[in-house]
Amino acid sequence: MSEIKTITLTIDGQQTTVPAGSSIMDAAKSLDIEIPHFCFHKRLSVAGNCRMCLVQVEGGPPKPTASCCFPAGDGMVVHTQSDMVKDARKGVMEFLLINHPLDCPICDQAGECDLQDISVSYGSDQSHFAEQKRAVEDKDIGPKIKTVMTRCIHCTRCIRFATEVAGVEEMGATFRGENMSVGTYVESALQSELAGNMIDLCPVGALTSKPYAFTGRNWELIKTPSVDIMDAVGSNIEVHSRAGKVMRIIPRENDEVNEEWISDTARFSYDGLYENRITSPLLKNKGKFRAIGWKKAVETLLPKLDNKKTIAGLVGDLHAVEDLFAFNAFMKTTLGSDHVDARMNGFALDGSYRPSYLFNTTIEGVDSADAVVIIGSNPRLEAPIINARIRKNVVNRQMPVYMVGAEVDLTYKYKHLGDKPENIAELYDGKSAISKELAKFEKPLIILGADTLGRSDGLGIYKEAEKLADKIGALSSNWTGLNVLHNKASAVAALDLGVYPEDKGMDLGKTLKALEKGTVDTLILYGDSTHVDAEKLKGAKFTVYIGSHRDAYAEVADLVLPVTPYTEKDAWWVNTEGRLQEAKASVAPLMNAKEDWKVFRHLSGELGKPLPFNSLEELRAHVLKKCPNYKYNNCIAPAEKWVSIAGADKLLKKSFVETVTNFYKSNEILKASKVMTECAESSLNKNKAMRKAG
Amino acid sequence: MTTAKSKATKTKVKIVSPDLGHHATDVGLEFSKETEAKIKRILKRYPEDKAQSAVIPVLRLAQDEFGGWLSTSAMQLTAERLGLPYIRVYEVATFYTMFNLKPVGKYHLQVCTNCSCMIRGSDKIVEAVKDFTGISKNGEMSDDSLFTLTEVECLGACVEAPMMQVNNGYYTKLDKEKTLQILDALKKGEEVETATPTTPMKDGY
Ligand code: SF4
Ligand code: FES
Ligand code: FES
Repeated sequence: MSEIKTITLTIDGQQTTVPAGSSIMDAAKSLDIEIPHFCFHKRLSVAGNCRMCLVQVEGGPPKPTASCCFPAGDGMVVHTQSDMVKDARKGVMEFLLINHPLDCPICDQAGECDLQDISVSYGSDQSHFAEQKRAVEDKDIGPKIKTVMTRCIHCTRCIRFATEVAGVEEMGATFRGENMSVGTYVESALQSELAGNMIDLCPVGALTSKPYAFTGRNWELIKTPSVDIMDAVGSNIEVHSRAGKVMRIIPRENDEVNEEWISDTARFSYDGLYENRITSPLLKNKGKFRAIGWKKAVETLLPKLDNKKTIAGLVGDLHAVEDLFAFNAFMKTTLGSDHVDARMNGFALDGSYRPSYLFNTTIEGVDSADAVVIIGSNPRLEAPIINARIRKNVVNRQMPVYMVGAEVDLTYKYKHLGDKPENIAELYDGKSAISKELAKFEKPLIILGADTLGRSDGLGIYKEAEKLADKIGALSSNWTGLNVLHNKASAVAALDLGVYPEDKGMDLGKTLKALEKGTVDTLILYGDSTHVDAEKLKGAKFTVYIGSHRDAYAEVADLVLPVTPYTEKDAWWVNTEGRLQEAKASVAPLMNAKEDWKVFRHLSGELGKPLPFNSLEELRAHVLKKCPNYKYNNCIAPAEKWVSIAGADKLLKKSFVETVTNFYKSNEILKASKVMTECAESSLNKNKAMRKAG
Repeated sequence: MTTAKSKATKTKVKIVSPDLGHHATDVGLEFSKETEAKIKRILKRYPEDKAQSAVIPVLRLAQDEFGGWLSTSAMQLTAERLGLPYIRVYEVATFYTMFNLKPVGKYHLQVCTNCSCMIRGSDKIVEAVKDFTGISKNGEMSDDSLFTLTEVECLGACVEAPMMQVNNGYYTKLDKEKTLQILDALKKGEEVETATPTTPMKDGY
């Protein structure tokens, strides 16, 4: 018997050929025929419980068929517009609305509600139901999601998402029949970094955003495509604003990066854009900051930038490509100082060989890997989206995962192989059982945590990982399986652009020592970082902080200049794969804040050595000259031939530590956000309760 | 759970508060040795990675072990024993009416009020139970904590309707007097012979 590979069927008189195993719904999609549905979702398992997708199959059973879960058959004749189908849809809608409160005027989902849309298009304007509707108690599932459970239509999308994608089995359907209710049963905050995606998945207004509740109507919002910078994944987002204020953030679909999920830090941190902001330049006088004008601020600063002085610059974690380039040029050409470093985690490598610090396999490449080895990283917290992708492959095709590092909950099973750098050698020595096991894979994928490479033996760990990659065949001609997972949005761009000492300047470590000794005249802190304690940054004769938020680094400064966070500028961002993506400004800079590169351009002019660009376009042209790879806008530069980088460190006996200790507080925007503070607290409380329960 | 509702009352889904009994933090809860042995036997029926299949029998054991009802902690203990997320056990426990989600009396009186029994006078049985125990509403427990009354759907003993189930035993062909006699005897702590054997499987689960 020969295997049937494709199936040809007719839907509404049009013929289509689809791969065997497709559902009728898939086949209809290939013809652009719309079939209304609630429970079906292309990234979740098929549940077939809402019955909205009914169609008529000729010659089949004399009743409508649920197209999302009925396989297309060869020669099948399907109708989606027959009277039977229309009646069936009306009937299903009527049933779904029996217990639905129809409270659209007070519902945040209104205007983007599947139930509303489908009801208008396919439903009936009358109902036979005259009895009392049921009501369901709302549940408190934490600070991210607001629930109005009476609106729930029991599609189970949220349950499937929690179980299948997020990997936190906390949502379920309890009780039965008329009393069925979706929730957590015992009230508790959902412990997922991806929980917010349930808001998008819920086809009705049962699960809506708690921070956004009653603050806006979706039709009043201006939607701007942007890129998330809470981690280095570069998730595609859409920033929604109204009257010059960011109102909420939702994902954009990009199969190569974030599919259609975003992490909760990306979604809920926008209130941090308006908390603790620096709204005008500040000058410290007797320990207290006083607001001053830009003119005065520049006048104060210029004498401190005299090129006879020792000037050092440290660069934080959340800067766009253009701003990094401008700052680097400002430091190196205008001020003539090579004491610049953006590697605040102490990252061991520089930018000389691009593949050495990229996630080379690409995020999409995770889907074709046949095993994953994680070294000193916690992808669940450093890149929740990539972790979800790994999990998908673990669940769907039992991809094995190995880990050398701190033992953490990754939402899937993995083999833990020790937590010290010396354990890496056991994976490739060719003698141990585990090294034999690993050698069998054809496309193994190694993930190295960026912060782990920031240890003092970072280079040694890198070389070990490279050896491992070489021995287990992760570096073949068609597969580059050695990856660095960054967790800060500007990490890769800073390496690409050379924002580190390129001549004989002081790197981070040396700068800190010099600060201790008191040999730095002027310290420029450009942005905040959680990696270096502000305490260590005292000690320069004059410190200027250039940033968006008044955080710990601002407090140690003598002068503070306000610049813009990511939502307030057109900018390029480069993610951990080295993918350049463009974000648009969704709102104007807040009050007296200025776009970063303009500040550096202005200062350079005042110092008599103007940087050679007067517009964003000119600046980008310079960036492209420095990094030709950036012409691959929104896609990945072709793989380079693997070159091993020189040097090796001794490995320390020190164990790998947990790389992210406070997920909800890992940069200045998150730290400023009240919602993130609540999330941090609720996850802390839950952890405590769990520990108590043993 | 099977609360019969009059038409006009608004149905509210009641979340059984975990405060009703042991807490999730109540670390002391444990299965006894005998129960543990039974669980092991049950688990042998299923492939190793399919422990979820054992949820119902293990929940029944838990219910028997911890006072005839399932507190949140009892469900959590079951989940932990089987290596399942809590919610997967909550779902099952709340779905089946045979699992009691709040404390029940020493004798759980489940009176069938489905068609056959109703036609044969189950209303009078319910009345008799209420009179004798002082319970005013379906689902409640008597003040002396001896009895809980629950109206249930068909228990498959229609041939001998009307009937009621007391804990695991069936009493059939009831009328008012017979019901009162049974209740009286139970109250005194005497044994009353049941109508049907109650061990459907070898070890009862
Ligand atoms: S809460 Fe929303 S997503 Fe979850 S089952 Fe109900 S309608 Fe579906
Ligand atoms: S979409 Fe097919 S049953 Fe819900
Ligand atoms: S109707 Fe009561 S046992 Fe069947």
